[in-house]
Amino acid sequence: MSNLISHAFKKAKSENRPALLTYTVAGDSSIKLSLEILKSISKKVDILEIGVPHNTPVADGSQIQTSSYRAIKNGIKVKDIFRIVKDFKQFNKSKPVILMGYYNMIFQYGENEFLKKCKSSGVNGLIVVDLPWPENKKFANKCKKRSIFFIQLISPTTTKNRLKKIIKDSHEMIYFISMLSTTGGKLKVSSKEILSNYNKIKKINSKKNVVIGFGITEKTIKSLKKADGLVVGSAICKEITNSLKKRQNPVTNVYNVVNRLKNKIK
Amino acid sequence: MKLKKRIPVIDQGDKLGFWGGKFGGNFVPETLKKPIEDLEILFNKLKKDKNFINERNKYFKNWVGSPTRFIKLKNLTRHVGGAQIWSKVVSDANGGAHKIYNATVHCLLARRSGKKVICGDTGAGYAGKMLSMAAKKFGLKCKIFMGAKDIKRQQPNVKAMKKNGAEVIPVYSGSQTLVDAVSECMRYWVANCDKVAMCVGSTVGPAVFVRICGWSTSQISRELKTQLIDEFGSIPKKLKLYNCVGGGSSSFGFWNEFMDYDKKQCEFIGVEAGGPAKSKKHAAPLTYGSKIGILHGAAQYVNQNADGQIEETESISAGLDYPGISPLHCFLKDTKRARYTAASDEEALNAYKVVTKFEKLRPSLEPSHAFSVAIAESKRLSKDTIVVVNSCGDAYKDREIIKRRLGKKYV
Repeated sequence: MSNLISHAFKKAKSENRPALLTYTVAGDSSIKLSLEILKSISKKVDILEIGVPHNTPVADGSQIQTSSYRAIKNGIKVKDIFRIVKDFKQFNKSKPVILMGYYNMIFQYGENEFLKKCKSSGVNGLIVVDLPWPENKKFANKCKKRSIFFIQLISPTTTKNRLKKIIKDSHEMIYFISMLSTTGGKLKVSSKEILSNYNKIKKINSKKNVVIGFGITEKTIKSLKKADGLVVGSAICKEITNSLKKRQNPVTNVYNVVNRLKNKIK
Repeated sequence: MKLKKRIPVIDQGDKLGFWGGKFGGNFVPETLKKPIEDLEILFNKLKKDKNFINERNKYFKNWVGSPTRFIKLKNLTRHVGGAQIWSKVVSDANGGAHKIYNATVHCLLARRSGKKVICGDTGAGYAGKMLSMAAKKFGLKCKIFMGAKDIKRQQPNVKAMKKNGAEVIPVYSGSQTLVDAVSECMRYWVANCDKVAMCVGSTVGPAVFVRICGWSTSQISRELKTQLIDEFGSIPKKLKLYNCVGGGSSSFGFWNEFMDYDKKQCEFIGVEAGGPAKSKKHAAPLTYGSKIGILHGAAQYVNQNADGQIEETESISAGLDYPGISPLHCFLKDTKRARYTAASDEEALNAYKVVTKFEKLRPSLEPSHAFSVAIAESKRLSKDTIVVVNSCGDAYKDREIIKRRLGKKYV
């Protein structure tokens, strides 16, 4: 199984750098604005993660919560999110898009119907925060059948035995959570320790593309550049919040943050 | 879907923690898989360990103060003029509510696991107050997450928590009530699960928390069974057990020991919070047919919109103000072992008025919901029917609300 996500990693590798992944919440602060942000940052980003906002997000810190509540308050619905992806793909069809969210949103939409919509709008991968292994086995297989990557999450608390099984069932991309934290926490462990945990995953299967997320900012990104990919989410959501507060243009400001992030890992 | 006999309901879940194949489970971030598994192993071991059970029983007896009273409400029975109305006065328990059982067990487990800090959520403040008491008793540091709206309306319990040395952390996100407090508490655990134990305040959350809580509150029905036999010589032929249902911890504990009896002999009636009579919002997912969804790690009937966003609830009683319901109750509903209905804010207040007028009993607004339905139904029941209402909380915490809604003389 190969899809745009694999190509994105290959391209980054050929340029001798980690892939840059960003996370923004769909509909933050409006459908139009979030689409404009995606279009603008896609010039610098290798893979776009788009958050499906949920109002009881048990793994998200305050920055992503703020973005999610703002999007929900402004009326975003799941069907609008597929519309955003579709519109974005018309602008740039080769840029991979991953939807990230909580299982209830998929469950209510219906797993099959949700995947059908993913396929028709151009979604390349899915991250479901609260559908861990082995609970996700059936759904992950459904994704695979449609050539959509189901991205398994691994955390510092994942035991070795479990790690092997998850990697075995994983598709080509794996998400490693850097530390015990919700999203947007301050990096409380050394990059050395994070990379040592990261290497444990790579040792079991070096072919999997492993990205590191949680706690990655302009300050910390450089120290982790050995990874296959790095995800920045809260730092971007925070920039949107600040821009709105200062009545500045979030599109330009977010682009500038992403540009700086990219320069640090070149 | 079938309820099995002679197997505790808490142990009737499948390998992945689902009751009836679809309620419960573990919809949690990967980080929590390990601590949850550790807790499962510890709990499964200790619940079979005689020493641990003796330790639990010792604290339940000497510290919680078991058994709580089982009394006949003679004046109320005469006033209603139907079934005999009795009450299990669980609010006699140390701290004033059933939440002490779960809190005690969680602190005993935390101590065994070597953790020094325990965190928990609270709505009405009882779960938090009891956890702060138990934490103090067992030498643990305690952090309580509570919605900012609940902090305002349940001040007496907030003061009690602080007095016990707990840190009360206000939660400002979402509706600022229990649902957000549970989310925030889970987030805190995600970030600190290596050093901190978590106590979920009701029979909700990932499967192991549902089981631990149900196992703990079942003390209520163990006592009641003995008390019924002492009083009547055997379990009455027509027994009806009324209990309010928010998350579902007190009702599950009140019913558990009677599970294997035929429902014609021993009926369970759960009363959810219907919210203000004029409002469309409620906290009664079972009564009003909410769809199955995922909330706080478990599949359950839950108030939500078509997209899967959890909906805000409304109820005069903070302890019932939760959009979801225990997977155990979803299971009891779908297997038809228990019957569920709702009482409105006004009906609960009215029941409080009636009960306090006739009896020396001050049920909090949560059990007042159960009293409302019990009184209404008792009118039509025969004199040999034994109606028992679990008075699972004391009204002291509600004095401000009662003063405002009913006037000073009812406080």
